[in-house]
Amino acid sequence: MSGTSQHRAIGMMSSDSIPLLVQAHAYDIQSVRFRYQSKESPAARWILDNISFHVQEGEVLGVVGPNGSGKTSLLKVLARLMTPQQGRINLFGQDLSVKAQREVACVVGVVPQDSQMLFPFTVAESVLMGRFPHQSRDRWIGGFGWESREDLAIVEQSMMTMDIVHLAHRSVTDLSGGERQRTVIARALAQTPKVLLLDEPTAFLDLQHQVEICSVLRRLRDEGGLTVVLVSHDLNLVSQYCDRILLLDRGQIVRLGGPDEVIEPEVLESVYRCRVLVDRHPSTGLPRITLPGRQLSGEN
Amino acid sequence: MVRFVREDLLKQLPAMVQPESCTEVLSHEPGRMVSQGAILTNSRWMATLGVLSLTAIAVGLICLHFGAQPIAYGEVLRALFDTVSLKDSTDKTSDIAKTILLQVRLPRILLGFLVGCSLASVGVALQALLRNPLADPYVLGVSSGAALGAAVGILFGVGTTFLAETALPACGFAGGLLALLVIYRMAATYGQLPIHSLLLTGVILNAIFSALIMFITSILEPNRSYGMMAWLMGTLTAPTYGSLGALIIYLSIGLFLLFRHMRVLNILALGEESARTLGIDTEQAKRSLFVLTALVTGAVVSVSGMIGFIGMVVPHAVRLVIGADHRLLLPASALVGGTFLMGADTVARTLIAPTEIPVGIITALAGGPFFVYLLLWRKDRLA
Repeated sequence: MSGTSQHRAIGMMSSDSIPLLVQAHAYDIQSVRFRYQSKESPAARWILDNISFHVQEGEVLGVVGPNGSGKTSLLKVLARLMTPQQGRINLFGQDLSVKAQREVACVVGVVPQDSQMLFPFTVAESVLMGRFPHQSRDRWIGGFGWESREDLAIVEQSMMTMDIVHLAHRSVTDLSGGERQRTVIARALAQTPKVLLLDEPTAFLDLQHQVEICSVLRRLRDEGGLTVVLVSHDLNLVSQYCDRILLLDRGQIVRLGGPDEVIEPEVLESVYRCRVLVDRHPSTGLPRITLPGRQLSGEN
Repeated sequence: MVRFVREDLLKQLPAMVQPESCTEVLSHEPGRMVSQGAILTNSRWMATLGVLSLTAIAVGLICLHFGAQPIAYGEVLRALFDTVSLKDSTDKTSDIAKTILLQVRLPRILLGFLVGCSLASVGVALQALLRNPLADPYVLGVSSGAALGAAVGILFGVGTTFLAETALPACGFAGGLLALLVIYRMAATYGQLPIHSLLLTGVILNAIFSALIMFITSILEPNRSYGMMAWLMGTLTAPTYGSLGALIIYLSIGLFLLFRHMRVLNILALGEESARTLGIDTEQAKRSLFVLTALVTGAVVSVSGMIGFIGMVVPHAVRLVIGADHRLLLPASALVGGTFLMGADTVARTLIAPTEIPVGIITALAGGPFFVYLLLWRKDRLA
């Protein structure tokens, strides 16, 4: 219980209104606007419309919102996969847009929404690729070279973390959805990132692995100081495992704060346009969302 | 005990495991996965490429033996040793055999090896680049683009023969690059090339380029147009050592630069977005890889015409056996491709000797059914 209250305390104090507790910012997002531009529609609507917030170092931030609210786009902008048209993003105080892709990759690990595996790399080979941004260029000038013992140790550690050591020699094309997802997370961990960005990391997972991955993320945060930004549709999961929650709707921030501040029936009902019940989780006391359900005495 | 080179990295380690198991991990040699054969190691790399190189040499000797007149292996070896040690042969009767060996068969076998190497390497690169295991310079129309370039070169008298000139590879390079530009546009539009658009692009490019080549063929004088037809079907003719040298220069530049991308190909094979999150400037990598594949294909097509399917069949087969790591896949496919084409060409020139079949017919007959097999029964592997 003490751990839980500690999390909640962090959730409270990390809101921007307390300037006395100076915490390092992993990300500073200042008035960012982003849209997909094409010749057909040069003035498409803003996917991210004037967004400003901070991601504190060592917090688990959940990003939620309805479909098309800009969650994935936000993650891609943070990963520098897409560049916003306006605004500025600082990663640990440095302008993200002037950093080389490789520098970003040494600090930020990304777990994309779905990772198709076409070629029969083994799981271990796949995780080893996470070491790519760290490997010096001179040693590999011929496009070639072997992983150092350091690389192997880090890779083995990330594989143990994600519980995939026993799959090391299996081909990634033969994995189940959950095993594949854990492989991709292990690859991102092998980058030894300071920030981990995940897009729907639990989408393909059964209950056991959902819980496992979320606890792993929490432990990485608690023990390694990892900053986690997690996009998810699962409000309950986000409520239970995140320090703060960012609620997006149509490219704008609706709420940002601890689970108690964001998971409120009125807020959710206005954003999702449907009725939800919010009560308390029996053991953690954090807000819990339930759908209204069908009327048992109804017409059918 | 593992000594970490950088203590700061040790601190960054995802400290997930319990303290007891953590010390266990850090106190043993990092390399459990290595022993399971889960990752590529130096020794596996050396062993695989060693075996493949020896096989290539052995097949090369067998190919030297076969021909319209088989030449005994002893004589083959003696002729080779004499040449290497610059010794004059004293035996008059073996002089003819030696001339056949060194002036006809050997350069042709070397040419076959180089062409096979290059086509297989280009196939590997294109498959990773387009994230499509069916990509191949022939199927995609890169070969016919290069052939058109070379044909235009021939039309304007860039080369009086098909082989003796070094400018023809440059013409082929230009044509191949044109084809790849179209494919690049397609790939840029769709992010990755889905199998059907890939095949359609290839069909359309092949149709357009063949029509133009046919046009050029039809306005040439009959004897030149016959030679051009034979070349287009994919033929290896014994080159002079001079033109072989020119080709080697082109290919070694192209292949050397291509081989520098082995690790980048690994990452690119994960998909463009993942590659970028791992720190690759994908636009730049794609551009240089497209130019390099066009360079190599152009050089190869300008000397041997359109030899199909090696770039698809060989990498596919090699990948099934040795895995997907491009650090081994690329050189291994190159060796297997070279060996395969040497063998196929030997079949082409001996099957109904003294008449020769264009080797492109043999590779198409071997590769076509494999292609159909992949399309019909291995759809699951094709994105």
